[in-house]
Amino acid sequence: MILTYWMYEGPAHIGTLRIASSFKKVHAIMHGPLGDDYFNVMKSMLERKRDFTPITTSVVDRHVLARGSQEKVIKNIIRKDKEEKPDLVVLTPTCTSSILQEDLNNFVQRSAFETKADVLLADVNHYRVTESQAADRTLLQIVKFYLNKLKHINKIQLRKSLLPSVNIIGSLNLAFHNQHDIAELKRLLSELGIEINLVVPEGTSVDNIKMLPQAWFNIVLYREVGLLTAEFLENEFSMPYTSIAPIGVIETARFIRKIAEIINMLSPTNNINFENYIDIQTRFVSQSAWFSRSIDCQNLIGKRAVVFGDSTHSAAITKILVGELGIQVLFAGTYNKYDQFWFESEVEGLCEQTLITSDHTLVANLISQLMPSAIFGTQMERHVGKRLNIPCGVISAPVHIQNFPLSYRPFVGYEGANQIADLIYNSFTLGMEDHLLEIFGGHDIQQFDGFSKENQSRKFIPVVEWSSEAKKELENIPNFVRGKVKENTEKFALSKEAQLITLDVIYQAKESFKKR
Amino acid sequence: MTNIQLEKLSFECESGNYHTFCPISCVAWLYQKIQDSFFLVIGTKTCGYFLQNALGVMIFAEPRYAMAELEEGDISAQLNDYKELKRLCAKIKDDQNPSVIFWIGTCTTEIIKMDLEGIAPKLEIEIGVPIVVTRANGLDYAFTQGEDTVLAALAQQKISQNQINFIRTIDLKHAPLILFGSLPESVVSQLELELRKQNVEVFGWLPAKRYSEIVPIQKDFYVCGVNPYLSRTATTLMRRKKCRLINAPFPIGPDGTRAWIEKICNVLNIEPNGLQKREKEIWSNLTNYIELIKGRSIFFMGDNLLEISLARFLIRCGMIVYEIGIPYMDKRYQAAELALLEKTCLEMGTFIPKIVEKPDNYNQIDRIREMEPDLVITGMANANPLEARGINTKWSVEFTFSQIHGFTNARDILELITQPLKRNRNLQELGWNQYNTKDK
Repeated sequence: MILTYWMYEGPAHIGTLRIASSFKKVHAIMHGPLGDDYFNVMKSMLERKRDFTPITTSVVDRHVLARGSQEKVIKNIIRKDKEEKPDLVVLTPTCTSSILQEDLNNFVQRSAFETKADVLLADVNHYRVTESQAADRTLLQIVKFYLNKLKHINKIQLRKSLLPSVNIIGSLNLAFHNQHDIAELKRLLSELGIEINLVVPEGTSVDNIKMLPQAWFNIVLYREVGLLTAEFLENEFSMPYTSIAPIGVIETARFIRKIAEIINMLSPTNNINFENYIDIQTRFVSQSAWFSRSIDCQNLIGKRAVVFGDSTHSAAITKILVGELGIQVLFAGTYNKYDQFWFESEVEGLCEQTLITSDHTLVANLISQLMPSAIFGTQMERHVGKRLNIPCGVISAPVHIQNFPLSYRPFVGYEGANQIADLIYNSFTLGMEDHLLEIFGGHDIQQFDGFSKENQSRKFIPVVEWSSEAKKELENIPNFVRGKVKENTEKFALSKEAQLITLDVIYQAKESFKKR
Repeated sequence: MTNIQLEKLSFECESGNYHTFCPISCVAWLYQKIQDSFFLVIGTKTCGYFLQNALGVMIFAEPRYAMAELEEGDISAQLNDYKELKRLCAKIKDDQNPSVIFWIGTCTTEIIKMDLEGIAPKLEIEIGVPIVVTRANGLDYAFTQGEDTVLAALAQQKISQNQINFIRTIDLKHAPLILFGSLPESVVSQLELELRKQNVEVFGWLPAKRYSEIVPIQKDFYVCGVNPYLSRTATTLMRRKKCRLINAPFPIGPDGTRAWIEKICNVLNIEPNGLQKREKEIWSNLTNYIELIKGRSIFFMGDNLLEISLARFLIRCGMIVYEIGIPYMDKRYQAAELALLEKTCLEMGTFIPKIVEKPDNYNQIDRIREMEPDLVITGMANANPLEARGINTKWSVEFTFSQIHGFTNARDILELITQPLKRNRNLQELGWNQYNTKDK
């Protein structure tokens, strides 16, 4: 048993349901107790869906425990087949049903005799995989099922398109800014003269899966969902893929170059070169490269930040902070523990440490220890920031309804780079304001409560006495750096074995830290 | 619509395929109500995910509840339940020092037959904190019934010396009366005040503000429920504690509140005084709202068991109720409420709505499309899709989390009900009512 208050990722069936309900005309039957259909609420609330979520629960209740649910599940599958006429029904086990160890696969086969729709059992283990791993697997399972099925009747469309074309894999509902990302990616690709063959699964019907091999290559937008499918297509149909997330101008350039490389490899006569496009986009169309060069951004150099989120976004934002804006990243972390190796190699040399954990209290403790000037994380880190009075930009799921904005807010491509630059810049205290506060000693007259017992216990530093003038001086320091100054001064005092912090000690401490 | 022209109460039961909250959601309001408690939900990631998302920002406020998340080793009994729970509860005691720990059993503990009731008494002694065990799982219960299971367990708790010391030494004019049901403190005071006006003293509440303030419940005490979903608690109080249940309608709406007080007075042999006038005053304050809803039709899809009381109040306000969906209908515990519903329909000259137990949301949506009610009370899973089809909805969960009891809060119910109708008045001229992308 683990004592948990909060989690970064949901249970496996949520991942499966996100894939199933992203496809067109796919109905999911969830095998679980009453109240487990909370996914429908999230889809209807967070994504403000206009249509009923195509998910039905085959309710597990006392009768089911006594008699088994065979009859009920089969009845529900057949009923939904008649009512909704889906192309595919996905039977989704939940944590409850997986302990019952009923032969759900048997029910699937039995009901498939009577349905027009295909019927599949989602093959995920509730106690071993997370939400995103389950999504990744379910997508692979559905793609594989249709390609194998069609292979027997030679219906797969293997002939490649005339012009270079791609599949975008891993677009799914309830994902962070996904709709905007897809729109931006489509625009980018059309400017490069690349056709979109298919976007899976969002908005695609399973009938179209047979067209997947027509594309020249695949793009996996977020590595959490889609990698398995891309690897399968590579093995089965020799389709190359790229999983570079085009987030930030540098990574977008790398992404575009990778595309050129793939196209030139597939068709050497093409000899495509996108360098000119990258150059013009970076320097003139997108604002973010110029923005980081502009004078105001000098104030960001050397500022301290921490980053936490899913592996795609956390790695990408770390690269932007360090590589594009000169910000110091104290730690970069992810809750996608299974992807640790990739993550660490991506951010290697960019941050002082990496943090691979799904324990939000560990993240919070480290933040309060380091007291960065800004946090880039999930909704949980935003709340930690609120508590510690540190600004936070939300860069990754899990998210709230305000992270499903109505306006156009991509994270990928050149417009995405603009959006992210704004987000980062606005998260730090504005440059000039910062400067003036330091010169004039701040405009906040609120009493500093850093001496209260509650605050002390959070820190690891033993208590050192502060003289009254020293306390007053501390109050003159702008609010947002005060905690850090206090901590540094105390550390300094301890290292010098000073019992009492006087004005003198404060200044000495300041001087000693400046030297580093 | 000839099929709904009924003259007597009629009950139907459908497939039970409906959307509702899992009963573990009761920790959300119970941990706030019982201020020295800690709620430990023993379940899986699915339970945690639901709580985290359903309770939204509450989760960031360092709440006094947590998940004991079961791992594969717990399911396959490679880990020892007793040791695991001991480790977790010791940590909770260290961090939070609660006066009581509630263990909320879930579907998983039920299926793997974890003997929570057996482990608790031993562990209680070892760690020195009372442990109350409940089974608020989705196999057996819906949404608010979670509170029912917690209160039923609480009612069976042994009486501690502390509690006996707490007994109020008031001069009782009547047999002791215990009210059961969790309500916000201000609503508790409001209801107590109304009763005091009738010379009725409330001896105690189940639950009280603090665990240590729960009065011992003894034989022949009178007990009365304030919420329609507390049938297990009522049964426990009657059978285990030998209390006498006052079967009254629930104090929701001015009509319900008056009937509730009258019934209590009646049982305690007290002549009610000035109640009629009080009710009339409240109604006259509601005129503006009633004008807006009079003659309008409403459909309850059913998910929180407040449906009968709310429908009864809204019929009194002049609305026409097409269907009352409800997860579970205890005809004995709700007998007085059902009788008042029937009476209200006759007096208002409207047909008696069909009561649909364990509804089937899919069938209900077909009926809604056919009947085109002015307002549908439903869960969030269906609200936006219905709105997109031009059907006004009100989110049913809000009735659970708002103050709706007593004379004072009748306005709040109508405030909720009229919100979508008022919004429509503002938006109507725009002429965009259909937003759906599919027919159904």
